[in-house]
Amino acid sequence: MHIVVCIKQVPDSAQIRVHPVTNTIMRQGVPAIVNPYDLFALEEALRLKDRHGGRVTVLTMGPPQAEDALRKCLTFGADEAILVTDRAFAGADTLATSYALAAAIRNIDRDAAVDLVFTGKQTIDGDTAQVGPGIAKRLDLQLLTYVSRVEQVDIAQRRLRVQRRAEGGVQVLETRLPCLITMLEGTNEMRFASMDNMFRAARCAVRIWDREAAGISDVSKIGLKGSPTVVSKVFAPQARARRAELIEAEGDAPRDLALTLINKLFTRNPKLRDAIVAQPS
Amino acid sequence: MSYRAPLQDMRFVMQELAGLDRLASLPGFGDTGGEVVDAVLDEADRFASDILAPLNRIGDTERARWQDGVVTTPPGFRDAYLRFAENGWNGIGCDPEYGGQGMPKLVTTAVYEMWKAANLSFSLCPMLTSGAIEALMLRGSDAQKQMYLHNMVSGKWTGTMNLTESQAGSDLAAVRTRAVPAGDGSYRLTGQKIFITYGEHDYTENIIHLVLARTPDAPEGVKGISLFVAPKFLVRADGSLGARNDIRCLSIEHKLGIHGSPTCVLSYGEQGGATAYLVGEENRGLEYMFIMMNAARFAVGLEGLAIAERAYQKAVQYARERIQGTDIAGGKDKVAIVRHPDVRRMLMRMKAQTEAMRAVAYVVASAQDAASRHPDAGERARNQAFVDLMIPIVKGWSTETGNEVASLGVQVHGGMGFIEETGTAQFFRDARITTIYEGTTAIQANDLIGRKIGRDGGRALAALVQEMRALDVDLATLTGADAQRMRALLARGVAALERGGRHVAEQYGKNIRAVAAGSVPLLQLMGVVCGGWQMARALLAAQRRLAADGGDRGFLHAKIATARFYADHVLVGAEALAETVIDGGDAVLAMDEAAF
Repeated sequence: MHIVVCIKQVPDSAQIRVHPVTNTIMRQGVPAIVNPYDLFALEEALRLKDRHGGRVTVLTMGPPQAEDALRKCLTFGADEAILVTDRAFAGADTLATSYALAAAIRNIDRDAAVDLVFTGKQTIDGDTAQVGPGIAKRLDLQLLTYVSRVEQVDIAQRRLRVQRRAEGGVQVLETRLPCLITMLEGTNEMRFASMDNMFRAARCAVRIWDREAAGISDVSKIGLKGSPTVVSKVFAPQARARRAELIEAEGDAPRDLALTLINKLFTRNPKLRDAIVAQPS
Repeated sequence: MSYRAPLQDMRFVMQELAGLDRLASLPGFGDTGGEVVDAVLDEADRFASDILAPLNRIGDTERARWQDGVVTTPPGFRDAYLRFAENGWNGIGCDPEYGGQGMPKLVTTAVYEMWKAANLSFSLCPMLTSGAIEALMLRGSDAQKQMYLHNMVSGKWTGTMNLTESQAGSDLAAVRTRAVPAGDGSYRLTGQKIFITYGEHDYTENIIHLVLARTPDAPEGVKGISLFVAPKFLVRADGSLGARNDIRCLSIEHKLGIHGSPTCVLSYGEQGGATAYLVGEENRGLEYMFIMMNAARFAVGLEGLAIAERAYQKAVQYARERIQGTDIAGGKDKVAIVRHPDVRRMLMRMKAQTEAMRAVAYVVASAQDAASRHPDAGERARNQAFVDLMIPIVKGWSTETGNEVASLGVQVHGGMGFIEETGTAQFFRDARITTIYEGTTAIQANDLIGRKIGRDGGRALAALVQEMRALDVDLATLTGADAQRMRALLARGVAALERGGRHVAEQYGKNIRAVAAGSVPLLQLMGVVCGGWQMARALLAAQRRLAADGGDRGFLHAKIATARFYADHVLVGAEALAETVIDGGDAVLAMDEAAF
């Protein structure tokens, strides 16, 4: 089985500050990491490889330093890494990004047929969740978003069954290969890199594809030209000023405090008690 | 009670003070380029903080258990060990010929610091295995190496060091365990060993014991002790496990700390004799042990550093959260105790001493790499002389200081520090063994004044003093009050070390008891000044980086402030220590023994 995992190098948002006056992101000194959502996709791909054999190729589009993110993925056990990088890609929105990545996957597929493509559910810097579906559409792949678990893969029948987190419950969906899965966070835990894989990753040559090598001829579809999205304004929402209410309890004991609060809640929401009672236990 | 490896400081010390870049050019280190080192440090941090650190308190409360000769390690320890071995951590410093990764000592030092800080009890098993691997590498026959090393390097089997007996602690000449030739090339061991770390456990299918014992016609004393290898299960020629050897775990100790680590009493030969094989030549066992002693003492020195780091992290976390009192300078708001000047003093003392210990240890680690791999014989010898001189400092000074820092950690917590559930008391208890095992502080100090200073007339120490003085040229180029203060105090500290060292070198042959009485103060003096020397280098590097606009300014400013604190609060004590070394010996010995 050949699995491609699309990843993105992003600034570690836990360490990002927003400039209080200009509202721009202050990127200086912020370390670059693999988009954390993508790691769930990578781990799921590696688990499928552990179970069914085959290989995992990690793919990213980005500046030359994005090679570090690919190497990180190699330390976890990915077999091969491809960086699609070219100045012509600069300024890409999700439409242009999915175009470039789809072209690269087509290229990979010519070499060794791709059965599955994984992406994270979204990135922590853009938060659009559009690139995965965009790739699926362009490559005419079956699309499964917000997958929480890959239940079963039948390679002979070329079918796959997954659990998908949906509003109000879990859907169990089955489809045919090849398909694209966007993986939900918290669904698995990234393995620890082994010493062997760390050495292999350091020695491994990451394949670098420019626009041509990625098989893209139409420059109007990529980079700034291929990106209809415009950022018109960035602003920080105003904090809402709302009066806090001071509730006087009848005593200091935890029980008194809790009773005061509960009584207050029930008084304010007369139907709440019935609603709770009506719920199945 | 989380732990995160101080990767930023580790990388700073490795690059700026310990010459990580230079290492890459040494033969055999071809694969240690930045990428693999970075990946190893990041991943070791993940393993230490996610897997080992959460088990630390469980190890303390659940403890290793003994029943009917079987030892059960605390819940979670075995799984963690299996993952540890599976990920290849066990052999990172070992010879690639036996499946190791052959990483430089500088890198393994940073990684070991993480294991020890995250979970000291856990870290002891791989540490003892390393010691046993080293003994076999050093003097084992080819057949012995083939039989044991692959599985020990991979972590499939673990190793132990059996030295101590109840009458033979610091004085190994008193070892009584007997080894009688069986006529087939093997020996039969009988006797009892105590304080055997991980002498019995449930991690692995086999345990390879290295044992000091006497053959029947061996000379008395240190020259009659031989080294043997005795596996828990005998190993057949094809590598499979054979019969259970005649070795039994009689009990495990109830200790002040490191409760997760089983400290075993091992009985050899209750049913006629445990099968063992001679390592190297007869009667040279203690000599082999001394060759390995540097590595073992260095490793325990790292424990002082590691526990200090862990205690510091915990104290900072608490000092930020605990709200108590108002700012002494005024204001009605209650503040976190980190605002109070004396809490700050304690935190700074913890931080400064921890960073100084790290810098000294990593510089010595790097010198060990150069001593073993530098292409130039003169450079190898020079580095080896520095390493030999510094080992008692890394071991003795770092563990004594680790205890001080762990104690300060309790103090920062106030009353809560005395409560076990808070967790910092464990660091204080765990730290306590580090000044004792692998040679007490007094043994280190004895080694320092005898083998390292007395024997060569103080030449190695004089060379070190000269190297420290050479730094003054660079320090003189720096501007600012911090650099000037550091420069002045370092100059005074180095002069104090020179006086103390010269006194010891001169008096060693004349007034040995008085010199010995001042040996631990000398060891402390040397540690304090070496720490100052490295903090001065750190200050220099930080100021240069800032001037070149390179790196995290907050970190670099903190480094300078920390170095300045070290100068004013720690290095400043060097002169007092020198006076004690020179004049204090007589007072130690003046009173009549009966008056105690």
